[in-house]
Amino acid sequence: MDNLNLNGNVPSGDLADKWTKYRSTLPLVAPNNKLKIEIIVVGTGLAGASAAATLGELGYLVKCYTFHDSPRRAHSIAAQGGINAAKNYRNDGDSVFRLFYDTIKGGDYRSREANVYRLAEVSTSIIDQAVAQGVPFAREYGGLLDNRSFGGVQVSRTFYARGQTGQQLLLGAYQSLSRQIALGNVKMFTRHEMIELVLKDGKARGIIARNLLNGELEKHGAHAVVLATGGYGNVFYLSTNAMNCNVTSAMRAVAKGAFMANPCFTQIHPTCIPQMGEYQSKLTLMSESLRNDGRVWVPAKREDAKAIRDGVKTALDIPEADRDYFLERRYPAFGNLVPRDVASRAAKGVCDEGHGIVPTGLGVYLDFSAAIERYGKSKANILGLSNTSNAKVIELGEKVIEEKYGNLFEMYEKISGENPYKFPMKIYPAVHYTMGGLWVDYNLMTNVPGLFSIGESNFSDHGANRLGASALMQGLADGYFVLPYTIGTFLSEDISTPKLDTNAPEFTVAADLAKQRIDKLFAIKGKQSAESFHRRLGKIIWEYCGMSRTAEGLISARQQVRALRDEFYADLYLPGVANDLNPELEKALRVSDFIDLGEIMVVDALDRNESCGGHFREEFQTPDGEALRRDDEFAYVSAWEFKGADQDPVLHKEMLHFDNVELKTRSYK
Amino acid sequence: MKLTLKIWRQPSQNVKGKFETYSLDNVSEHMSFLEMLDVLNEKLSFEQKVPIAFEHDCREGICGTCSLVINGQPHGPLQGTTTCQLHMRNFKDGETIVIEPYRASAFPLLKDLSVDRGALDRIIQAGGFISVSTGQAQDANAIPIEKDVASHAFDAATCIGCGACVAACPNSSAMLFTSAKVAHLALLPQGKVEAQKRVLNMVRQMDLENFGNCSNITACEAECPKGISVSNIALMNREFLSASFSSNDAN
Repeated sequence: MDNLNLNGNVPSGDLADKWTKYRSTLPLVAPNNKLKIEIIVVGTGLAGASAAATLGELGYLVKCYTFHDSPRRAHSIAAQGGINAAKNYRNDGDSVFRLFYDTIKGGDYRSREANVYRLAEVSTSIIDQAVAQGVPFAREYGGLLDNRSFGGVQVSRTFYARGQTGQQLLLGAYQSLSRQIALGNVKMFTRHEMIELVLKDGKARGIIARNLLNGELEKHGAHAVVLATGGYGNVFYLSTNAMNCNVTSAMRAVAKGAFMANPCFTQIHPTCIPQMGEYQSKLTLMSESLRNDGRVWVPAKREDAKAIRDGVKTALDIPEADRDYFLERRYPAFGNLVPRDVASRAAKGVCDEGHGIVPTGLGVYLDFSAAIERYGKSKANILGLSNTSNAKVIELGEKVIEEKYGNLFEMYEKISGENPYKFPMKIYPAVHYTMGGLWVDYNLMTNVPGLFSIGESNFSDHGANRLGASALMQGLADGYFVLPYTIGTFLSEDISTPKLDTNAPEFTVAADLAKQRIDKLFAIKGKQSAESFHRRLGKIIWEYCGMSRTAEGLISARQQVRALRDEFYADLYLPGVANDLNPELEKALRVSDFIDLGEIMVVDALDRNESCGGHFREEFQTPDGEALRRDDEFAYVSAWEFKGADQDPVLHKEMLHFDNVELKTRSYK
Repeated sequence: MKLTLKIWRQPSQNVKGKFETYSLDNVSEHMSFLEMLDVLNEKLSFEQKVPIAFEHDCREGICGTCSLVINGQPHGPLQGTTTCQLHMRNFKDGETIVIEPYRASAFPLLKDLSVDRGALDRIIQAGGFISVSTGQAQDANAIPIEKDVASHAFDAATCIGCGACVAACPNSSAMLFTSAKVAHLALLPQGKVEAQKRVLNMVRQMDLENFGNCSNITACEAECPKGISVSNIALMNREFLSASFSSNDAN
């Protein structure tokens, strides 16, 4: 393996001044030249929509692509809890530095200092921008913005819009994008999926997009290509991602030389509705904000847990003394608000020991009864009902909880068929977010000149673990406030490049390549559906590269993924034809890319002989079972160069330097 | 559960469609409606038949991609629920379920159960935004907004753009969809500035797209999975009337 040192192109100077100084000295593209420069943006989630809108406002000719029927559908829309910003409106000691520090520490010291500081710095502008767009954030009676607290931090800096923050922020970005579409600054291509990247003279100059309605392979050229295509959580098959989330555009870029960074850093979210059956197509998240008021527990006695699993007892039959509030017990300082990776592993631990409370054994309780009682009493006090009945207190308390989390409780009840006001919720960890992604430098450009990656699709800001309410922040920071500036560093050198001619041989070759891939899949004429291969891939990755990993398991997983790939290309059945609306073909193309990514993930997890954040290697733990980080050897970003499915990927390292924080063992005790 | 499914099959807009009947055994009551269709599609695949095209994505009731008219009702029998959140426990063993696409002239059929709802995007493009470019915003707390007003705007802003209101309406009107955006933005101080221009442009686009008129049937509210209120339509009518009399800059 190779050990080339990658350079993140971080500007020099003090951490706090870097971005301001850099931004003021970046090369600019003059307004008259912007009108001649085309930019392709793939994806219309928070990052893509905000970038396309902002680039359009600046005067570039933007072409924007989504496989959805409308740019408003991207999965950012499902984010529930909130968005962080260092506004310090609570006067509780928050600051840009503290948000930076929390994010670096939360990421277990595996992210780039300068990027994270910049993220914290622009966070405040995002809230201003969103409010100006009409995003209806929660407010207090005085009319000012409300905040709540989130896991892994001790200040209240999360802005929220009921349990639908992602929806409201995405609609804000979508509306800005719609305005630019109407003005003609952005040309929108819906139901178009990028299936190939086009390079010319080593620079990203276009894409091959499949028109999903008629199967036509279209050639689109531009001076630069921005991928805002989200994460790869669906490599696990079951995840909280939307059904159509995929890694294809990122892997098409990887096939053309872009590096995939830290792919083994995936986030398992502690509060999701447990799996019910084999047919299940996805898992549903219950916002982390619920941990503000919910207490996580399992029966302390294994026989009670078994009785619940067998349907003989319910949660209500377990007396207080026989409940193990294991997060509060193990982590007294943060309690139920420990970061996601810590909470998830703890839940897995108690279930592995036989305390799980759903038939599969994989589930714990999230209980609101204490909060309902507390809020009920406080409300009764306000109403002057000091001697009211217990039933009245519960009724008042349930109303407060409904106001805070009503839509989440409703969603839970629809899916599970159980009333969470009366019975504690049943939850279990599920894959939710991927910190890894395309390697980018400080300018958010990949190692392929002219190819940029923003939002969840890049690796840059969350290290080995993302804190709650930081994904929305990063997507919008990249799209509104970072990329529109930094893309100028590349484009300013390119002002005399004429409009790209899509009849050039590079485009024809790429389109032929895409056609060959599709023809190859149809020619297999096997017996198994793409879906069934995807499900099997997911099981391998979840089992061996999920919440805890071992060298032995990972070695076996790699062989299993390779065997699955062989079987896929030997026995796939693909119905329908290529030149038609064909969801099965879309799925098959995506699954083929998930398989390649799955292998790189496993290789990465095997290389990283330490435990950090979402990556827990059983060989590397402290005597009391906490993650053992090894900063002396592994304080680097691993960026993998793909050499083809039959070859070993090549490792490139970007060494991480920490000049402003001291590397500490993360402790939430 | 054992089910009989009558599903609309149509290869494309220009080919005549018809109902096909399928029977499906071993349906679990814990399955979601779309998971039931997944199982049917997997079965069709194994029989080397072409699976049924239907649209879906987030499967948690927020993206607005899923549609379907189930036994005559957009998003099925359960109130306040999208098709993807509907579970089979709401159906009976042995039941026959009729599944059709949304039918409206403004939503051309693409294939089987998929329709083109691009008209809704074009209504938003006509004016469903606040004209603020990145970087122009003042501090977020500069304008206090009364909690109830913000909450009212929020109620309108929860529209997921699924188009069930259009499918439910005998006139195929998009008044509920359009008015929800008009109300969301007109209620907020940030959106008031261009409220007149907005309502005139959005209503004009709505008419251009061939949506029908509102005749106060209110089936839209009844079928809306997010419970968007028809009072937004009243608000939009007020906004539209006053803008028609006083504004001269509509375009």
